[in-house]
Formats: sequence, C-alpha cells, structure tokens
Amino acid sequence: MGARAASELLAQAARELVVAGRRAPAPPAERQRALLAELELRDPLGGDFERHVERSGLRPLCATGIEVLQLNVGRLCNQTCAHCHVDAGPHRTEVMSRATSELCMDVLARTSIPTVDITGGAPELCPSFEYLVEESRRLGRHVIDRCNLTVLALARCAHLPRFLAEHAVEVVCSLPHYRRPATDAQRGAGVFERSLDGLRKLNALGYGRGEPRLRLVLVTNPVGAWLPGGQASLAAEWKRELARRHGVHFDDLYTITNMPISRYLEWLARTGNLAAYLQRLVAAFNPAAAAGVMCRRILSVGWRGDLYDCDFNQMLELGVGRGAPRHLREFDLEALATRRIVTGRHCFGCTAGRGSSCGGETT
Amino acid sequence: MDSYYDPADLPRFAAIGEHAKELSDKFFAYYGAVFEDGALTAREKGLIALGVAHAVQCPYCIEATTRDCLEQGCDTEQLTEAVHVACAIRGGAALVHGLQMRKVADKLGM
Repeated sequence: MGARAASELLAQAARELVVAGRRAPAPPAERQRALLAELELRDPLGGDFERHVERSGLRPLCATGIEVLQLNVGRLCNQTCAHCHVDAGPHRTEVMSRATSELCMDVLARTSIPTVDITGGAPELCPSFEYLVEESRRLGRHVIDRCNLTVLALARCAHLPRFLAEHAVEVVCSLPHYRRPATDAQRGAGVFERSLDGLRKLNALGYGRGEPRLRLVLVTNPVGAWLPGGQASLAAEWKRELARRHGVHFDDLYTITNMPISRYLEWLARTGNLAAYLQRLVAAFNPAAAAGVMCRRILSVGWRGDLYDCDFNQMLELGVGRGAPRHLREFDLEALATRRIVTGRHCFGCTAGRGSSCGGETT
Repeated sequence: MDSYYDPADLPRFAAIGEHAKELSDKFFAYYGAVFEDGALTAREKGLIALGVAHAVQCPYCIEATTRDCLEQGCDTEQLTEAVHVACAIRGGAALVHGLQMRKVADKLGM
C-alpha cells in the first residue's frame, strides 16, 4: 500500500473512530534489546535465558515443526494501546503489499501448514486481508483473525463480521477486562463499550456459542506490571460476568503475559517497574512452559515477508537464526521446521509461571 | 536493622525455613493448597485474603494479596470494595461492643 493510500486510511479511521491519540514512538529495537541485557538481576544463572533452557535439558531450543504461519500484516491500527508490543497506531504506514500477500499464499500452497494466524496492527485494515482469508480457506487451512473488536465499528469494516462468519474464521479478540476501567486504561477511552458492540455483532452471527466453525476467543493481559492469573479459573469468571453484565458470550479465554518490549517496555522503565518485572519473570521460569513455547511450532512473517521465530522477535528485529532462510522468497520448509530459535531476555515472558503464547497458557 | 518492616523481606519469606524446616514446609504446602480453586475460586479466596490482610494490618500481606488479586483479574475498584468489607467488619466489631459499654453504663448509672 502506498503512503497516500495509508494516509487516506488514517484520515478515514480518525474521522470514524478516534480511540487514542498518537504516542511517542517506542525506543528503537536495538535500544530495547540493550535495555533488557543491561539489567542487573538476582539470578544464579545471571538472567541468561539460554542457561535456563540448558538447565531444563532443552538446549539447543529448536523448532519442532511449523503448525502455524503467523502473518503480521502491518503496524496500522485504529487504536494506540498503552502496552502494544507492535507500537501500532493510526499513524503507522507499514502494511503488507498485495505482492507480499500473494507470496505468503504461494508458500502456503506449497506446504500443508494447517493454520494461518493473521495479526497486526489491526489486520483488517490491511487491503489484502480479505484476499489472505479467502485464499487460505480455499487451500483448506484454518484461519485466525486477531481482532481488536473496535475495528468492526469502522464503516469500511461493517461487512467484516459476516465475511468472517462465512469463511469460518476463528476470531481472537483482545479484551483486558470484563469491566470498563481497566480496559479503557490500557486501550483508550471508549474502547470497552465499542468492544462490547463488536462482540454483540459476532454473537448475533453465531460466534461464541460453542459452534466450532464460529469460534470466538477473548484474550486478557494484565493492565500493569504483574503476571496473569490462571486461565481456566479466569475463563469461568469471565463467562459468568460478561453474560450477566452485558449478555455477551464467547468460547474461550486466553491469558497472555505482557512481553517487556516496545511500548510496554517503555512504560515499565518510565514507571520504575522494569527491574522488578523482569526479576519476576526470571524467578518464575518454568521448564514445562519452556518446552511448550510457541516459537517451536510457528513461523512469524513480517509485513515485508521477512521471517522470524515469533511476533516479539519480529518487533525486536531478531530474524530467524543463521542457516535458515530469512525471507519468504527463500522459503525452505525443512530448514525452517527444525531451525534453532533466537532467544533473549524477553523470552522469559513466555516461560514464566503457567507459560504464555498467542494461544494462552502453555502448561 | 533500621526498621521493623523491610519490603525486601517479603521475597525472602521462604528463608524462614532455614530453621524448623519441616514446619515451614508444611506451612507453605498448606498455604498453597488453601489458595487453589476449590468450592471457592482462587480469585474469591484472594479477595478474602486481601480483606483479612487489611484487618490484621500486615504490610507484607497487603503487598502480596494486592498483587495476587491483580493477577486474578481484579481491578482497583473491586480491591477497594474488599477493603471496605474489612473496614465494615472491623468498624462493626467496635460498634457492636458499644452494647457492652451500654450494659456497664446502665448498670452503674442512675
């Protein structure tokens, strides 16, 4: 998408739905990596992720296959959430082009990777979003849309709920809390009510009622510097409270730990919570969670077609390791399916406590 | 020792097991079991613990139970309501003893 088209999209989004203002950019990826590496931590293994992995008998940490092709189609979003690890917002112009989208589908067609996970930004704002969904479904693959819910309120997205239902797309939606204050504090004033509107639209189409073709999942992550609670326990409470308070239904709840990168890293540092938070993640290292980290089963694709172990490595500009193809153009399933995972201190976010991934807990 | 309370002591709580280890092992195992999901959810137990922490006015417990409640998905308004429950019971406990005061006063007064 050209800069002009992006700016038109931004202007349209701003007219239709002003959720939050522009924020200062997150620190450059290199600075983020250095900030994490420099922290003094109380840890017998020096806060070294690879040493923790080694002690768990998992080193070298390698992929075990590619079950999910995760496409990050860009940084453009109608929201500017306080914790966003993508540093996304209406001001961002990085969006996957049609040519790169076609390359994604060419690669998909050459493999039997069962799931395509489309994320952003708000992935629905990518002009080739519908092409990616249609083509993936035509190839018989399961499709996940990581939806922020409020995007469904945009006039240009009014048809999307029905489109998603017709293509049996699993919708995975961010909603930090089932009450307004915490949700709006993290995602912007008015987001909670608009999110409920989005959920009601999806419910009206049959989403969130136990029908496997119309699976609706909510994602909660802490609105602050703490770890998420137990997924099963919270899911029961969320189902009860969202039904009781708002008449809204969903199928499952994922709890996700906030990764200490990008905007959330900047917030941790600014509020004096960074060292204690990372200390907490390191102290809570769980070998069982390390064995189940999502990077072993997914391949993350950037908006330009670059390849990463996960969306977090993508934002830290840590491409797949040496020896593996680094762009979709050189896609080699065998080399990528067994590649060695590139790690850093941010990885403690996925291995703390019950574990965390794009699919929630990992233990 | 500069003060009776030191925030750095909370993460060192397990060091109490350096003496009478068997007893502390039993305590921590029991503690963990108490807060698991049961007839009450872990979240409900966390809110009770927060209220008790305020009633016994233990700063270590207040920090630990606040963090636990946040991790259980409670927001600040819910935490504050739990503290009001503690306050109501503590205040009520004082006030209901007023009836004892009245009995004494009535007996002694003319």
